Amino acid sequence: MTTLQILVDGFAISSLYALAAVGFTLIFGVSGVLNLAHGGIMLVAALVGWWVAGETPLGTYGGTLVGILAGLLTAYLTYFLVVRPIQRSKAIAQEEKEIFVLTGTLLWGIMIQTGMAYVFSDNPVTMRPLIPGVIAVMGVRTPINEVMIAVLCWVIIGLLWVLINRTPAGKQMLAASINPRGLTLLGFELSQIYFRVWTIYGVLAGVAGVLLASFLGVGTANAGQLTASAFSIVVLGGLGSVSGSLIAAYVVGYLETLTAYLIAPTLRPIPALILLVLVVYLRPQGLLGRR
Amino acid sequence: MTRAFNRRLLFAGIVFVLVATVLPLWLSAYVLGVLTTAYYFGVFSMSWDLLFGFAGEVNFGPTFLIGLGAYTAALLDNAYHPPVVICIAAGALAALVGGVLLALPALRLRGPYFGLVTLVAVLLLQNAIVIFARFTGGEIGMTVPDVLSVDPKLNYCYALAFFVVSAILLYGLSRSAVGLILQASGQDAVEAQALGFNVTKHKLAAFSVSALFSGVAGAMLVFYMGAASVGTIIDIGIGVQIIIGAVLGGRRTILGPAIGAIFLVVGTELLRPLGQLNTFVIAGIALAVILFFPDGLLGHVLRPRENT
Repeated sequence: MTTLQILVDGFAISSLYALAAVGFTLIFGVSGVLNLAHGGIMLVAALVGWWVAGETPLGTYGGTLVGILAGLLTAYLTYFLVVRPIQRSKAIAQEEKEIFVLTGTLLWGIMIQTGMAYVFSDNPVTMRPLIPGVIAVMGVRTPINEVMIAVLCWVIIGLLWVLINRTPAGKQMLAASINPRGLTLLGFELSQIYFRVWTIYGVLAGVAGVLLASFLGVGTANAGQLTASAFSIVVLGGLGSVSGSLIAAYVVGYLETLTAYLIAPTLRPIPALILLVLVVYLRPQGLLGRR
Repeated sequence: MTRAFNRRLLFAGIVFVLVATVLPLWLSAYVLGVLTTAYYFGVFSMSWDLLFGFAGEVNFGPTFLIGLGAYTAALLDNAYHPPVVICIAAGALAALVGGVLLALPALRLRGPYFGLVTLVAVLLLQNAIVIFARFTGGEIGMTVPDVLSVDPKLNYCYALAFFVVSAILLYGLSRSAVGLILQASGQDAVEAQALGFNVTKHKLAAFSVSALFSGVAGAMLVFYMGAASVGTIIDIGIGVQIIIGAVLGGRRTILGPAIGAIFLVVGTELLRPLGQLNTFVIAGIALAVILFFPDGLLGHVLRPRENT
């Protein structure tokens, strides 16, 4: 019974992790940006969604939509206020851009977190489930909402795959991640492609944030943890590799669920952290990364 | 040019030390307490800058080293009550050993990976402290039976003396031949290696020095506050504050980060009337500084013009 419970619960959590990490890895792969405000963006989507769903007549579905839009807007702000000025700055040496983007997005993430705590207080909030009710999956009583989240995550990831591999817009992004110079020589505007990637990223982070709020609940204190888990999943899978991130999300999700069920809920994050250290030492490029 | 610059710097340093030494005559115990903490944070930021600004390795976990020093000293003091000096020495040793153990394998990694390992080290230490709550007090923290002194003026003087000595040593190191080699390995490791310098050995040395100063400062901070807790010593937020202080003051100058960190601690205290929003404002100021003055507030003044 416990085995099945772990299988079902772990799957739902892992799918959510996967969705959150895919956007993160996409941005790194295409534009080389490690966005440490990632947790903050999810936080904005979750809190705005929760507020609109609870306080306005728009209801849960309207709240979900507004939340996703808020996440997208925050992603745009991150790109235009923080990332792009640093990338274009002439005063910062090229080899130091990476560390400046890291520090800048980290500060921006702190601003989002404290600003949100000021507006919404730092109490964790939980959104009402999008679909109420309970269903039996393999004999385990599971909220329909949990099943819906897992399905929705995979539908979105599937759509993303189609977008990247089957449409010209996606192929341009793929090309930008492999050889940006070559792409510019072919007459494509890199900044347009970056804008497109940030749009996709904003939607993904927004959806992940809202779904997280309706599944586990979110508080402003979680922002750092959310960034850290997305970062670890992405490194585990290999920076810039989407399929690596998907596998890593399941490894981390199941590892955490196993620890929580079999050892103790308090030890939940530890095995994943140890695994991460081992992988970084033994295989720094991650499971499927390229160097 | 360089000599005149040095003389001005020496002059400014002497003025600073003189002013800082006579401050306890006028200021209240509360202000002295804020400045005492600020000096320790100054040391944290300076030792971080040695690693980042010179060796070019971004260490997201300065609090791992600080925490090792702080908790070793606190645990030892609780268990055997040795003199405070011995506890601080033990804390320094623990930070040094921990730092070397972390750096030896981690230095084989590049850029973000090194940063990630140091970040994970902090999270693991934090979790370890919570798991062994029976000895460490967990999230609530642990008190130490001994303190440096109960007199705020004496505490202030200890912190100031330690800060000045660390500043002189670290600044001297950064201006020495070793500092130049470090700077070279940070900016172009391949070329430094081609010139015959052992890059890894120098970076390891930088990490050890950084760990040593962080450990001593962490242990002294515990004996100043009379307590060690995750929230005040190890939390990622503390590490971020140290990094912000360093970048704000101007990295690769050692003295800039010291001033930046002091400014940050005092600034946070001044903005306390804003309540929750003070962190928001401080982070906003720091972000504006790195966007518009990437060399930091004092980068232009303090950095000798050797690369223009």
